[in-house]
Amino acid sequence: METTQILETIRMIEEEKLDIRTITMGISLLDCIDSDGEKARAKIYDKITRLAENLVKTGEAISDEFGIPIINKRISVTPIALVAGASQDESYVAFAQTLDKAAKTTGVNFVGGFSALVQKGYTAADHKLIRSIPEALATTDFVCSSVNVGSTRSGINMDAVKQLGGIVKETAERTADRQGLGCAKLVIFANAVEDNPFMAGAFHGVGEEDCVLNVGVSGPGVVKRALEKVKGEPFDVVSDTIKKIAFKITRMGQLVGHEASTRLGVPFGIVDLSLAPTPAIGDSVAHILEEIGLESVGTHGTTAALAMLNDAVKKGGVMACSHVGGLSGAFIPVSEDAGMIHAVEKGALNLEKLEAMTAVCSVGLDMIAIPGDTPAETISAMIADEAAIGVINNKTTAVRVIPAPGKSVGDTVEFGGLLGYAPVMDFNHNSSADFINRGGRIPAPIHSFKN
Amino acid sequence: MKAILTVIGKDNVGIIAGVSSKLAELDVNILDVSQTIMNGYFTMMMILDLSAVSDSFGEIKKSLADKGTDLGVQIKIQREEIFTSMHSL
Repeated sequence: METTQILETIRMIEEEKLDIRTITMGISLLDCIDSDGEKARAKIYDKITRLAENLVKTGEAISDEFGIPIINKRISVTPIALVAGASQDESYVAFAQTLDKAAKTTGVNFVGGFSALVQKGYTAADHKLIRSIPEALATTDFVCSSVNVGSTRSGINMDAVKQLGGIVKETAERTADRQGLGCAKLVIFANAVEDNPFMAGAFHGVGEEDCVLNVGVSGPGVVKRALEKVKGEPFDVVSDTIKKIAFKITRMGQLVGHEASTRLGVPFGIVDLSLAPTPAIGDSVAHILEEIGLESVGTHGTTAALAMLNDAVKKGGVMACSHVGGLSGAFIPVSEDAGMIHAVEKGALNLEKLEAMTAVCSVGLDMIAIPGDTPAETISAMIADEAAIGVINNKTTAVRVIPAPGKSVGDTVEFGGLLGYAPVMDFNHNSSADFINRGGRIPAPIHSFKN
Repeated sequence: MKAILTVIGKDNVGIIAGVSSKLAELDVNILDVSQTIMNGYFTMMMILDLSAVSDSFGEIKKSLADKGTDLGVQIKIQREEIFTSMHSL
């Protein structure tokens, strides 16, 4: 072991904010299904608190021994629409409250999975779940919700897209006292993945085993620092530098995931190779793009830089761990990234450019505050656009926008903590209402003649 | 269990003596030592064997950190795997 290597690792953790963003325990609730909602919820609470009893404690012990911060410990569960469907309940808010209670007992930061998968159509349970979202998110603290509205195999469910525009608005209004915070816990997906450890979109897919541990790494600051040393070099060098550093970051995820799964006696699922920013200085994906040579993120060239970054992170990370999964790429949330916030404030980054960027990176329009009076149809249309990018390009996309009640363009919405703050962004004021009101389903795309 | 100890701070009399006597007190065996002055800072690394210790990792970490405060340096202890897994295949 060389001194310089030891110091490099320590510097990455202490100065460049390398951390394990999350260890997320995926728990199947399929064996908690009961025709009596009360009984089902008792089983859910018991199973989660039993399996995740030591999750937080173990995470903290590992963090202490290895000297690497593990920021979040989380739980993802089977989409509740599948679990609650057998009950006779008309509202699933009580299920969300049970999840919240289990989260508080186990001490985790979030529990994800108040979810429905309606990419092709609704069941009665999906209807009930989606209608329950605004109240569920307003009356719980740690529950996250997601809805999958499209997939490459089945197209886009435009009825769901239409409905969810309204649900997003209602969720914001119900949490108006917290600047619409409920919407920060609601993600609308196309091509949702079953093993995502990141919130708010995590749920435990039905193809997964009973209980599994997934890990999400982070480290935008480490990538930026590495790129500072190759100023002016061609892209071959830039991409190589990112690959090498992504390898090192991912090795940490593999180590921590392996150790946690051994200690908890739970199988190790995947490492999600994502660059997840936080509002802290030196932890920004936008600043990486600027280090690559852009005066500001959002200017011409941003999409190409992001595409290269995203691809190089995957290439570097794939060899560093046994199984890769989740979303795996660079996240570009606005409120959670100091560089993105700055670019929006100075007018260099707008919604249209963000949409283009989502075509080449992980996820989509993420943590974006829009005026509280944005029409529901416009939000639906944003969802439709993102879903189309995902469905056609065979990738995951998502929308997590916050129509902040009472706020207009130029105001700032403060969420606090890792969620950060966001300048309210303008949208295209031409109506999309007639488009959204058609409803129905956009057919699945053809998988040949790719251009 | 092997661990890596790093000591960084302003150079002073008695840092090595202070650290190693504390380690002996805790029944920690020193396997390897390297020490240098880097950018004016005292920088020391030790590879330690913790197999004979009776205290928990957390307790050892705390008593070493306290010792560091006494000596005016920063003392960290981390399990070796974090370094080996990052830098070797």
